[in-house]
Amino acid sequence: MRVNKPTLDIENGCVDLSHGSGGRDMAQLISGLFHRAFGNEWLARCNDQAAFDVGAGRMVMTTDAYVVSPLFFPGGNIGSLAVHGTINDVAMAGARPQYLSASFIIEEGFRLLDLKSIADSMGEAARGAGVYIITGDTKVVERGKADGLFISTTGIGFLADGLDLSAEKARAGDRVLVSGSLGDHGVAIMSRRQNLAFQTQIMSDSAALHDLVAVMVRAGGSGIRVMRDPTRGGLAATLNEIAHQSRLGFRLQENAIPVKLEVAAACELLGLDPLHLANEGKLVAIVAPDVAEAVLVAMKAHRLGYDAVDIGEAIADDHHFVQIATRVGGARIADWLSGEQLPRIC
Amino acid sequence: MKYVEEFRDRTIAQGLARAIADQSDPREAYQFMEFCGGHTHAIFRYGLEDLLPANVRMIHGPGCPVCVLPASRIDMAIELANRPEVTLCIYGDLMRVPGSQGQSLLRAKSLGADIRMVYSTLDAIRIAEQAPNREVVFFAIGFETTAPATAVMIRIAARKRLKGLSLFCNHVLTPPAMHSILDSVDMRDVGPHEIGGFIGPAHVSTIIGTQPYELLVEEFGRPIVIAGFEPLDMMQAILMLVRQVNDGRHEVENQYSRAVTRAGNRRAREEVSDIFDVRDQFEWRGLGVVPNSGLMLKKAYAHFDAEARFAMHEVRIADNPACDCGAILRGAKKPVECELFGDACTPRTPIGSCMVSSEGACAAYWRYGRHRDYQVRAS
Repeated sequence: MRVNKPTLDIENGCVDLSHGSGGRDMAQLISGLFHRAFGNEWLARCNDQAAFDVGAGRMVMTTDAYVVSPLFFPGGNIGSLAVHGTINDVAMAGARPQYLSASFIIEEGFRLLDLKSIADSMGEAARGAGVYIITGDTKVVERGKADGLFISTTGIGFLADGLDLSAEKARAGDRVLVSGSLGDHGVAIMSRRQNLAFQTQIMSDSAALHDLVAVMVRAGGSGIRVMRDPTRGGLAATLNEIAHQSRLGFRLQENAIPVKLEVAAACELLGLDPLHLANEGKLVAIVAPDVAEAVLVAMKAHRLGYDAVDIGEAIADDHHFVQIATRVGGARIADWLSGEQLPRIC
Repeated sequence: MKYVEEFRDRTIAQGLARAIADQSDPREAYQFMEFCGGHTHAIFRYGLEDLLPANVRMIHGPGCPVCVLPASRIDMAIELANRPEVTLCIYGDLMRVPGSQGQSLLRAKSLGADIRMVYSTLDAIRIAEQAPNREVVFFAIGFETTAPATAVMIRIAARKRLKGLSLFCNHVLTPPAMHSILDSVDMRDVGPHEIGGFIGPAHVSTIIGTQPYELLVEEFGRPIVIAGFEPLDMMQAILMLVRQVNDGRHEVENQYSRAVTRAGNRRAREEVSDIFDVRDQFEWRGLGVVPNSGLMLKKAYAHFDAEARFAMHEVRIADNPACDCGAILRGAKKPVECELFGDACTPRTPIGSCMVSSEGACAAYWRYGRHRDYQVRAS
């Protein structure tokens, strides 16, 4: 009799269509892999939903899908990224993220060992952030119908009374603060892309920023007008978005914009602009000038903001340009990216 | 970054700007063309125009191999990629270049064509080795800079007897294009000061050296300064051109002496001349047909020629008549003066050659410089 032998062979097994069938194999995958990684009282009830307590103030909700390639990269993987990214989207409202849902679309043949590693890092990321993954979903699709694994996460958090961050709150004269060096995640991902593997010490900056946000809110209060995490499209896209929503422009100092030497070198080599590269553990804040210094000091005292810097100001500009005073003394604009950033041939 | 940051020093840049202002005669108009798209990109990216006096003006030349590729060649590549047996290997910045009907290789890929973005010719060899039953075609493009790598690919493919690999050759040559610009009717009509000198290509010159430009200087009486792509390189080159104009000299000078010699890279040139012959003529987007300006495989390597292998035919397609690329490339108009600029023609929907690649004059202007045409109020 082999009835007690576990059939979830994580070391050598692969996901197959039976793991998405709704039967015993799927239950085994969920309990033996996901519940073990995320373990909390809500999941332990094994319902299709989770009932949870609601804190004071307003609720904030966000959802995001993660389709990153490659799935594993220096400094993280798609799992930790899915947790950090959604936490950060909630946090950018100034809110305290608390609950997540996670939905998995898995391609037939995906190695269980990789799936466990991803689920474990999601659990670790959530626990590290004091956030719970309380419900989820698993689907398995035929080979060739997904690029290994897609993860979709929804996040819910709570916002203290009196806080209302929004792009239209920005005013001319506000300062632009960034929490650290730009483009680390973009370069870390590219360094592992097929056909573009290059040696680099750069790790993804993937991190949960809600703790840094809480520190900033304590220091700046309602003087913090807008916060965004400059993910896809980088700082340039984020500031162009805010410029159009706030009907302002920005004037930045190129010399002040923090970019690590190795990131700058990779960009030189590939003809890319670090202002367009993705970040997963940085934020940009538009802050009233009278609280900017206090917020900056608070950021620098936090481990995720010790490289924080004031890079420029919001200005009145009917055309909503993001202007940059270049290091040699000229001026240019930083535009939205047109399509995907592609390497130049010469 | 060693050997990069040193060439972006603000104090030295300001010093060169002062020297250009001091040494340029305020009664003279100095107009110089940078041939290379990389130079155009750098001018806008660093805002170098802000450092130049009003009477020293840069005209943005055609020199980006992606910009100058005619729509017909993109049409041919799309037709090729749509063949079920073909895997087309291309450099990334060809993805969005529009063909004659507005389609692109990016769109063809999304509709199912097997198009792979590669970063070197060796990637194409690897793909051909891994898929021996596929017809793997490498879309070769570039000036003298990238041609040696393509030549090496063919040499390796011949040695390995890779029967499934072939080449769609679109390599073009710089001196014939510069000759064509200088020899154009417009140039002769507008007088000697329309383009007073050239900033010559940097990467191209690392291969061919400075010698090929000596004939051009002799024939047309315009100075050429070969310059690197860093802001200080370009500021110094502009100063060298101003001095030549003031002295009434027309010589080939080499600002980029850390990378360029008079003779260039002999080994690279030999690789190219072993594998390629010069085509009698090749069409350039924006410039038209330019004699002796393209490369083709020698007879000994003709079995690697995708155009012959797949019986590809080129159909000449006229540029959009509303597009002012020709006038922009001659310095007669600024990008913003073209009625298509910013409306019908943007980097997402490029129509003319100047908008096609990020290094084209209009694309660089749109991406980095269009704020100059608006009065921006400081708070």
